Order: sequence, then C-alpha cells, then structure tokens
Amino acid sequence: MSNKQTLVVIGNGMVGQNFLVSLMASDIKDNYDVITFCEESIPAYDRVHLSEYFAGKSAAELSLVEEGFFEKNGITIHLGDKATVIDRANKTVTSEKGKVIAYDKLVLATGSNAFVPPIPGNDRENCIAYRTIDDLDDMKEAAKTSKVGAVVGGGLLGLEAAKALQDLDLVTHVVQFGPRLMSAQLDDGGAGLLKQKIEELGVSVLIDKNTIKIVDGDVCKHKMVFSDGTELETDLILYSAGIRPRDDLATLSGLKIANRGGVIIDDHCLTSDENIYAIGECASWNDQTFGLVAPGYAMARTVVNQLAGGDAFFTGADMSTKLKLNGVDVASIGDPHASAPGSLVYTYQNGVEGIYKRLVVSKNNKVLLGAVLVGDASGYPILSQYFLNAIDLPSNPDSLILPARSDASVGLGPDALPASAQICSCFDVTKGAICSSIEGGCTTLGGLKADTKAGTGCGGCVPLLKSVLDCELEKAGFEVNTDICEHFAFTRQDLYNLVMVEEIKTFHELLTKHGSGSGCEICKQTVGNILASYWNEYVLKEDHLGLQDTNDTFLANMQKDGTYSVVPRMTGGEVTPEGLIAIGQIAKKYGLYTKVTGGQRVDMFGARVDQLPLIWQELIDAGFESGHAYGKSLRTVKSCVGSTWCRFGVDDSVALAVELENRYKGLRSPHKIKFAVSGCTRECAEAQSKDIGIIAVEGGWNLYVCGNGGMKPRHGDLFATNLDKETLIKYIDRVLTFYVQTADRMQRTSVWMENMEGGLDYLKSVVIDDKLAICEKLEEQMQRVVDTYQCEWKTTIADESKVKRFRHFVNSDKHDENIIFVEERGQVRPANIEERELLKAEIA
Amino acid sequence: MSKWIDVCSVDDLQKNSGICALVEGEQVAIFYMADNSIYAINNYDPFGKVHVLSRGMIGDIKGEPMVSSPLYKQHFNLKTGVCFEDETVSVASYGIRIEGDRVEVNLNGVAK
Ligand SMILES: Cc1cc2nc3c(=O)[nH]c(=O)nc-3n(C[C@H](O)[C@H](O)[C@H](O)COP(=O)(O)OP(=O)(O)OC[C@H]3O[C@@H](n4cnc5c(N)ncnc54)[C@H](O)[C@@H]3O)c2cc1C
Ligand code: SF4
Ligand code: SF4
Repeated sequence: MSNKQTLVVIGNGMVGQNFLVSLMASDIKDNYDVITFCEESIPAYDRVHLSEYFAGKSAAELSLVEEGFFEKNGITIHLGDKATVIDRANKTVTSEKGKVIAYDKLVLATGSNAFVPPIPGNDRENCIAYRTIDDLDDMKEAAKTSKVGAVVGGGLLGLEAAKALQDLDLVTHVVQFGPRLMSAQLDDGGAGLLKQKIEELGVSVLIDKNTIKIVDGDVCKHKMVFSDGTELETDLILYSAGIRPRDDLATLSGLKIANRGGVIIDDHCLTSDENIYAIGECASWNDQTFGLVAPGYAMARTVVNQLAGGDAFFTGADMSTKLKLNGVDVASIGDPHASAPGSLVYTYQNGVEGIYKRLVVSKNNKVLLGAVLVGDASGYPILSQYFLNAIDLPSNPDSLILPARSDASVGLGPDALPASAQICSCFDVTKGAICSSIEGGCTTLGGLKADTKAGTGCGGCVPLLKSVLDCELEKAGFEVNTDICEHFAFTRQDLYNLVMVEEIKTFHELLTKHGSGSGCEICKQTVGNILASYWNEYVLKEDHLGLQDTNDTFLANMQKDGTYSVVPRMTGGEVTPEGLIAIGQIAKKYGLYTKVTGGQRVDMFGARVDQLPLIWQELIDAGFESGHAYGKSLRTVKSCVGSTWCRFGVDDSVALAVELENRYKGLRSPHKIKFAVSGCTRECAEAQSKDIGIIAVEGGWNLYVCGNGGMKPRHGDLFATNLDKETLIKYIDRVLTFYVQTADRMQRTSVWMENMEGGLDYLKSVVIDDKLAICEKLEEQMQRVVDTYQCEWKTTIADESKVKRFRHFVNSDKHDENIIFVEERGQVRPANIEERELLKAEIA
Repeated sequence: MSKWIDVCSVDDLQKNSGICALVEGEQVAIFYMADNSIYAINNYDPFGKVHVLSRGMIGDIKGEPMVSSPLYKQHFNLKTGVCFEDETVSVASYGIRIEGDRVEVNLNGVAK
C-alpha cells in the first residue's frame, strides 16, 4: 500500500483550481493522492472574464486548466458530480453519483451562488442567475425570444451583466435597490458620473427600486412591480444582486458557519475541523467573505503552505478594484466612503471630459485611505501603491488627481517603491520578486509575465510592471541585445532599412559593408528574405542561392524522410475538374501521397529531389503554378463559396479571394501569411483566425488583421468596416508592406501586433491616417512586388543549369536508396526505421 | 591506405551551397564556401536519420565552418564532422581537394 494520504478538494472553480496548481508546483505534491469533485460539467474556467463569452470567447478559451493538467499530475477529477455529504466521524465524502471517498485532508472550495432576492415570481421562466457558463447558455437561449432584458443589481457584476444583455442585442435596464450604483465601491459623486456614462451607452438605470413581485407582463413576458408603484416590463431577468457563500454542505456536516454566511476559517484557513480547510468565496474570515479572486488565491497559497508544514497566515485582503465597464474606466481603492473619523477628502470633477476622482486621506494628510476614479483610472497603479505600502503622501496630495498642467510629473517613480511593494495583487508578486527575475535574465515584458505570473490575472498592473522593468534595465545599464546573430549587430528592421536606403542587392554586399564572418543560416535566410521582399528577384539567382533554406532552394517542402511535398496554387481554393484530374494523374504516375490541406488545396507528398522538375513540368503544362508553400510568403486566400451559391451570401467571396491571392502571391515576408474571405458574417472561411481576414457585410467589406491559428491562436482585430474593394486593397497593401518592413524575423503578424507599441490604434494611425506620411511609399513598394511576380518553377525549369541541381548525386543517376515507402490506407507513406532496415535487407 | 577518387568537375560545385556525391557506396556531402574553401562530410543526418546534410545551409560559427541540418537545424563542423550542439554526436569527415578542374575525395583522409 502506498503511504500517500488522500486529499479531496470539493469544487473545481477558480480558487479550487488555483489551489491544485499551487499544490502541484510545491515540494509536497507527491505526498497526496488528489481527488476533486466538480459539480459543473467542465473544469475550472475564468469567471472573471465570463462576460467575454458574449463578445465571442469560447468556453475553451476561458478554461483555466492547461491541457493534460489532471492526467499529468495524477489528479482524479469527477466532472459533473457534486459532493453531497461529508461524514466527519468516518472521514468520508459521498457524491451525488454515489462515490464514497475516504479522505485524510479535505478542502472546501465551493464558491458562492448568485443571490436571488426572495420576491414572489422570482423563479419564472427566463429569470436567470449570472454565475456559470451554463447560465450564459440559458441566457443566450432566452435572448432568442426576448427584446427587453433587466438586471437586478447595480453592483460591479450587475453592470457587467448589463453589458452582456447589450451584447445580446436586448434593450437593457439595470434595476438597483440602493441609492447609487456600485454602492460598496463608490461614493455618490463617482456613482452619479458612472450612471450618466452608462446611460449614454444606451442602458437605462433605475435607482432606489425595490421589486416586490414579478408577474405576467402586458407587452413583455414579465412585469416587475416596485414598491413605489412603478413597473417595468421585460422579457428576461438576470439576478446579479450579490453573492451567497455556498456553505450548505458544511452546515450539514456540522462545521461552524458565520452569522452572515460562509464557513468560518482561522488565519490558517482551517475550519472548525482540523482536517478540513475552506478557501475562496465559501470561506468567512474575521466575519468577512471575499467576492474577488485575489483573496481566494491567497487562501489557496496559505493552505498549500500549511500542508507543507509552513506557518503562513491569511491576513485579509485588499478589496481595491479596477475595471472597465462598457468601456468606462472605474477604480476603487481602500475605503472610499471616508468612514474613518477625521479623514479628509479631495475631489476633482471634470464635467467636460466626464472624469471624477476622489481621494480619502488620514487626518494628518499623510496616508492614503481610499480613492475613487471614474472616467480615467490611469492613476490606479500609483495610488494603490501609496495605499498598500502606506507610503508618505506628497505635501499636496491633490496633485495626484489633478491633471498635469506642466511637464513636471507627479507621483511615484518605480524606484521609490520598496522591494516589498506588491505590484501584482492577483498573484501576489512583489517588486522584489520582479527585480530578481530581471536580474536572472528576464528582460522582456512577456518573459517577466511567464516567469513571475505578474500581470497575467486581471492585467491592471501591466503598466506598472513595464515601468519597473524599464527602470531596472536602465539602472543595470542593460543594453538589450537584439542582434540577429553573431554576424550582424543589427535587428531585422535595421537590415531592412540598410537594404532600402543603400539599395543593397546581395548578401555578399551587405555582409562586406555591415557584417563580419561568413554568415549562418539565421542571417542568410533573414537577408535572403529581406532582399526577396524588397527587390523580388528570382530566389535561385546565383547571388541568392546559398541564402535560401532548403525548402526555398528546392522550391518544395522537405519532409522528415528527406523527400519533398509539392503544392500547386489553387487561388481561393478553386480548381477545375480538369485540374483535379491532372493532379490525380501526376500523383499516380510519381507514386505520391495526396492530402487536402487546411488552406484549401492539394498537397502531394513523397517526391524525390530528382523528380521535382519532372513533376513541375507536368503541372505547368496542365496550367498550374507554384503555390509558394515552401516560402515565408503568402500561402493561400481561403474562401467560402459566397453569394454565387450560398443562400446567405452577401457578396462574392470567391472572386475577391482569387483577386487577392493573385495580387499578393509570391510576396516574401518575415513569416508565412494567410488570408481568408467569408461571404457573410456566418464566417465559414474562418477569416478572423488569419493574418488578413475579410468578411462581406451589407455596407461592403470588413477587414480584420493580425489573427492567427496555430500554436497560439489569436482572433484578428477589426481594422476597418464597410470598405469598398479599392480601399480594402489599399489598406492591405499598406498593412502588409509595413509588416514586411518592421517585423522581426520569423514573427507572425499576430506577435508583431502584440509587440507593437500603441497596438491596433497605432497601426490604424499609420495605415488609415497616414501619421508617418509613408502610405504612398508603402503602396509603391507593394505595386513593385506585384508587377515583378514570376512563377519560380516556370523560371526554374526553363533554365537547364538550374534543373541540374535537382539530383541526389552529382556523379550518378542513382537515387537515395534509403527513401522507402510502405502502403497505408491505400496510399504510400515513409517507412519507419525498422521497416526500412527490413525492406533494405530483403532487397539486398 | 590513402586513395583519392575522382568525383566531379569544379563546374558541378555550387558556390555557397552543397552537393552530394556517391563515393564507393558512401553518400558524401561536398560544400563549396564563399572563400573558395571546400569540405566533405558524410551526408547522413544522425538526428533526422536521413541523408540530407548536403542540402543544409552553410556558414560559420565563431569562425569554424559549419552546415546546419535542413531538418532540425543542428550544426556540424565541416572540418571535423562534430555537432556543435552535442559533441558526442558526429558524422564522418573526409579529405577533399581540387586537382586542375576536377574534384577528388579521399574517404580515409581527414579534412584540412
Ligand atoms: C460575472 C463575474 C465577474 C467577476 N469579475 C470579477 C473581477 O473582475 N475581479 C475579481 O477579483 N473577481 C470577479 N468575480 C468573482 C470571481 O469569479 C470569484 O471570486 C471566484 O470565481 C471565486 O472562486 P471560487 O473557487 O471560490 O468559486 P467558484 O469559481 O464559484 O467555484 C466554485 C465551484 O465549486 C462548485 N461546487 C460548489 N459546491 C459543490 C459541491 N458540493 N460539489 C462539487 N462542486 C461544487 C461550483 O459548481 C463551482 O464550479 C466575478 C464573478 C462573476 C460571476
Ligand atoms: S460565410 Fe456566409 S456566404 Fe459564406 S458560406 Fe458561410 S453562410 Fe455562406
Ligand atoms: S501541426 Fe505539427 S505535425 Fe502537424 S503539420 Fe504542423 S508541424 Fe507538422
């Protein structure tokens, strides 16, 4: 028998999962067999960003569980199974599906329920709580038959729920019981401005409304009747009026429960039973429950530490928040109500720009006690540092909220923060931890996030994180090395500019003038790629030959067995029956494996190097041209069938796809580029996952840029709407040329965008507003590439000296006898090593 | 024994690039560098387990001539055949010379 103890975690929500992750990252992970019950049908997901589900995020994108997490760590998860009984005497947990598990240690992480006010009629159809993904699916379903929606509750969550209703195209009302919105976090002034801003966005806000019953409506499904005699008709009702800790299971098993709800825990997060911990929203500490993730995570860390025999304490939590509600910045720090005796208040109100700021400071004007920011929350990181670290305020604290009227910047430089200052509150990362990560070699924002997790929760601390990074790097006299390799002390962008300005046409010339040594595959490919982008000369020209990666040198993609795959272009995924027959015959003749690719064309595998020119001769005779699948270049423009055939089609997506593919084919770029065009918003061509995506809408074409599938998927950003074709092409010309000029080597457009300072807005200002006054140049450059297009295969087979290179041995007509195929599912595939040895032996 | 075997003409070489020759049953990758130097190593890529090194890109690492595997991009020293990333892995290196307009390989010789 194993001497492991059994640890059972009830609830796999945000905090339960965070606990499992912390436990698995600790030294004691092998001490326990871990079992967790998850009432919901899917494992933990990001509830904080739940409303993004309506803005298009999928359940998978919201997941908090890394692929294979449970399997890899040997954790048993019972999905869709709820724990129903805890037998503390015998130390077992029983589940709804009848599982009985004996535990040594138990962790309760059951979260809360949305509070549903006890009003008659509160359980009518289409009255839904706002808490889980299932709730959202119910909402989506209910919205289909609804025109009007009402949210009960004008707190933080209620306002988010209102956004969700708007995303569902419903006329939206917020019904608030109390006298102001977000009453816990805001004072009257801030809440008043927030109400005004929310109303400007088309949401009606009803204040001081006490719902007494919900009955049948006259025009809508329901009618809400208020105590002041007024009424509201609505088809859908969402409850978001606060939360109630889920302590029923704990109550049943006789654990101590707080008067205001929640399982009572001590500083160690231990309940009244020494073998049972409670963490997250279900726990009550000091008669207080916490409806935010950060305190829950802190409790999770405390328990892991306890189990490991440490002496960490949970010491309460900062309830400051910063968020964007419907695009309105709102932040609240500490105690905004000035409830401490003698506290002083500063306010700044700007009715023109819609900004409200309030500071609450101690009697002696030295310590920040609370703050409210509405309309502009940019001061939040600095103010929360003052608050959290009790840093002495400047002599005139109002300078912190007054707009800077001169260049003199006020506030805290990152240098002024102590090492103990907490920069990221979601993951409790201190400035000290960040500095040591920087010292350890993390010199990029992305690297820091990965290394310390800072900035990966709510993201509110990212600007501060960046300034700490910059400041530390500067102090260390760091020069970040961005040289592409040992042969050139330049970035790709520098090299591009040198080529452009000095009109350099060969690698040799660039190396002699600006480099050293004889080069390597990194700089050769980069420069080869830049030269091809800029001059668009034949890539196998004598001067460029050694610069191309093997895929490019043989104009085909090398596969694992040293053979190549061949991909002819099929613009927009269109192919004639004759074309298909020709491909079929060629594949048959040369014994090639054929497969349809994700880019809507046919790939033929298993061609030996000596067969490539023969195959291409036949393809060209049949009317095909190179598909550039081997290059860092435009791959395909995928399209749906569009208005020509499709019942829903708004415009001819295929014709546009063919035109675009013909325009940009052959364009060499820092990395491959993919396009797609959909004929309507049903998006069958998945254009939003492409570098350039286009969707037909009633008013013209909508353009999306910098999307990506692949390893790190990213939805494209909506760049411009309702474009006519001419403008569309102009914008694409500019975006692509700008990408080619400024991206790093091997950088897809998605990463290029993520790293661009100013992001989407900046790109728009360059491409649409011509802020850098370069648009004409960008278009000219693209036109040159378009005008100098050639099918590289046509050029190659017309030149005998080039064809000569396509043989395995320079001195023999034999071919590589190690290339051996076997058959599978009616086609060839490369033999694996054992098969190869066997077959070779047979032949011998 | 040291035997020089005639392989091909100088014109068959590809400047800045590689070719492959069949020499007494061995696949020999021959590289012709920008500075006119010439190297020969076995064509077998011990990582990808196929015969493709002649199709890799060439250059130098800290002044040592190298080829980078076209499959998984490990680098091999053209003088010694030793892999830069993992010194326990190497491929055979051969003698090679240009006599007049002919290229000759010596399977037992060592590169300069
Ligand atoms: C729309 C929305 C927006 C939010 N925005 C923010 C924000 O901006 N910032 C912030 O800090 N917080 C925010 N929160 C709050 C945050 O999501 C919670 O604090 C956090 O999810 C609490 O984690 P938890 O694990 O305690 O509870 P939960 O995430 O609710 O997880 C509890 C899980 O346990 C399961 N469970 C319960 N009982 C049992 C049982 N007997 N057996 C098995 N499983 C059981 C439940 O089904 C649930 O899956 C938001 C919440 C919502 C709903
Ligand atoms: S995207 Fe629209 S037009 Fe294109 S196939 Fe789908 S439904 Fe039809
Ligand atoms: S997903 Fe991986 S295995 Fe599949 S083609 Fe791409 S690189 Fe190869």
